[in-house]
Amino acid sequence: MFAFILRRLASSLVVLLCVVSVTFLLARIQKGGPFDREKEPPPHVKEMLLRKYHLDGSVWQQLGAYLNRLILHGDPGVSTRYRDLSVIEVISQKMPNSLALGTCAFLIASIGGVALGFASAMRKDSLLDVSSMLLAIAAISVPSFITGPLLIAVFGLWLGWFPVGGWGTTKQMVLPALCLAAPYLAYVARLTRNSLLDVLTQGYMRTAKAKGLSDATALAKHALKVAILPVITYLGPMAAYVMTGSFIVESVFNITGAGSVFVNAIQNKDCFLLCGAVSVYCVMLVTFNFIVDVLYGLLDKRIQLHA
Amino acid sequence: MPEAPKTRWSGSQPNGWEVLQRNRVAMAALWFLGLLVLASILVPFFLNDAIKQSTMDQFMPPNSRSVDGSRYHLLGTDVNGQDLFYRLLIGAQVSLGVGFVAACFSLFIGTVYGMISGYAGGRVDALMMRFIDMLYAVPRILFVMIFISAFDSQFKTALDGVRLWAQHTQWHSVEHAARALIPYSRILILIISLGLVEWLTMARIVRGQVLVLRELAFVTASRAMGQRWWVILRRHLWPNLSTIILTYLTLTIPAVILDESFLSYLGLGIEDPAASWGSLLKDGAPVINPLESKWWLLAFPAVLMSASLLALNFLGDGLRDAFDPKSSD
Repeated sequence: MFAFILRRLASSLVVLLCVVSVTFLLARIQKGGPFDREKEPPPHVKEMLLRKYHLDGSVWQQLGAYLNRLILHGDPGVSTRYRDLSVIEVISQKMPNSLALGTCAFLIASIGGVALGFASAMRKDSLLDVSSMLLAIAAISVPSFITGPLLIAVFGLWLGWFPVGGWGTTKQMVLPALCLAAPYLAYVARLTRNSLLDVLTQGYMRTAKAKGLSDATALAKHALKVAILPVITYLGPMAAYVMTGSFIVESVFNITGAGSVFVNAIQNKDCFLLCGAVSVYCVMLVTFNFIVDVLYGLLDKRIQLHA
Repeated sequence: MPEAPKTRWSGSQPNGWEVLQRNRVAMAALWFLGLLVLASILVPFFLNDAIKQSTMDQFMPPNSRSVDGSRYHLLGTDVNGQDLFYRLLIGAQVSLGVGFVAACFSLFIGTVYGMISGYAGGRVDALMMRFIDMLYAVPRILFVMIFISAFDSQFKTALDGVRLWAQHTQWHSVEHAARALIPYSRILILIISLGLVEWLTMARIVRGQVLVLRELAFVTASRAMGQRWWVILRRHLWPNLSTIILTYLTLTIPAVILDESFLSYLGLGIEDPAASWGSLLKDGAPVINPLESKWWLLAFPAVLMSASLLALNFLGDGLRDAFDPKSSD
């Protein structure tokens, strides 16, 4: 177990380093620098700015300087657009809202999805099963910039149950969390249903029933533990996706979150901020996948952990 | 795919195509998609040229005639006075085209990668699969965005360079090709970058299939006969993979279309005067306001796009049920 954690940590660091380097290189080889504005600064000013932030010289020298500061001094730099804010300050300002929204969406999607999938599998081919699976495909197919305005129009404007935007109160959280959770909920529901149906046809389920276990006990003791495994695999990346902020959901519902950091950093060619945001995302993905792997090993004793 | 001989006792293992034909939802989806593709290609030829121009008739509601009465706008017009019905058809061409080509591209990468990995086995396989695991930890859609913003202008310059060079060396066919491609450089780079990020799942699935197939007797037999590995891959494994590949192609297309619409919505995808469903939605979103709602600019693209993605997913699901009944998701 300890060796697994160490090896996994090492390989994750390699992935992180590669991703940050490639992001930095891609951000730096494009035309136009971080200090270009509509009102062009004089060339020598721009040159001084580039030198100050070690963005002069070849891209490889720039990358070397950046990684040197990042790794040896733990300094991810400052935002080249908002120059009195460091990358850490920008991200820690924007991140909390996205984390809160993401946690709500994660809970809705995982609990709702498993419950719906479970109910559908129990009553296979019933009206509930067919209609919820049709709805699930619909939720996966329709992008959030359509579901968002739709939710606002129906529940915000027409029925008037929830406010149409903003962030802070519980009521304001309902619609964006639903909008963000919908496709993931649908996917989890499908996954749970299919995996549970698969398990229910296994021989040991018949054995469990034959030896006199009630349906409920057979399910709880034998089926769920196995059927939940593929769902748990999916929950790892899902957590990272929903918690790093969705630009669309945040802009539709007028929430200040991390989604806009990514998009604005790309558009402003803000290379340090972009690398910082990408590495936050990457760290989350790696961490959640790691948690999933450990959970997997705990639930299914047959699985050996390999890094 | 050659027709399997029809025998009476094959009933225990139904042919995948027959299973698909009995799936009414999937067949309806197939018809819908077929008609949509035909309409988006053919109908623009029959439309009056006047309707394809931008005009002074801004924001005409659906089912209306232009001020001088010469043009009929079935679905209304947009901010530039362009007919929305025509724009939707062009958008369908672009969205479905980008989806199809990028999905094929990613499928090609994924299939080749998966076949090599699965057939090689052992250490090579472990290494190649580990690499895929690492790529899963990369924020993919973000990389597409960074990739596009990094290479967009350079790609255009490169195409222009090719054109000038061909002009200089009097190589007319290349010059014409480059000139024709320049307005589509954004679409091309979109296809390349989306294709480069969507192949991971495909590689995994193909590799899993190859692992099973390569242990079968006919593969062992042809290896024993001294057949080269690429001949085995092409002649014996590829035909057995084709239905799985078709299935996941159908499921990759809607994923790519979603990504493309997301990018276009952010302004990184399709640009005017070309249109895709995402760019139409982007144009439609800001003109919605409580005072005077131009609902048709949002509603029609949204409905058409959702219906198409729904149909593609239904068809993909049907194909998967028919050809890959073991997989749960």
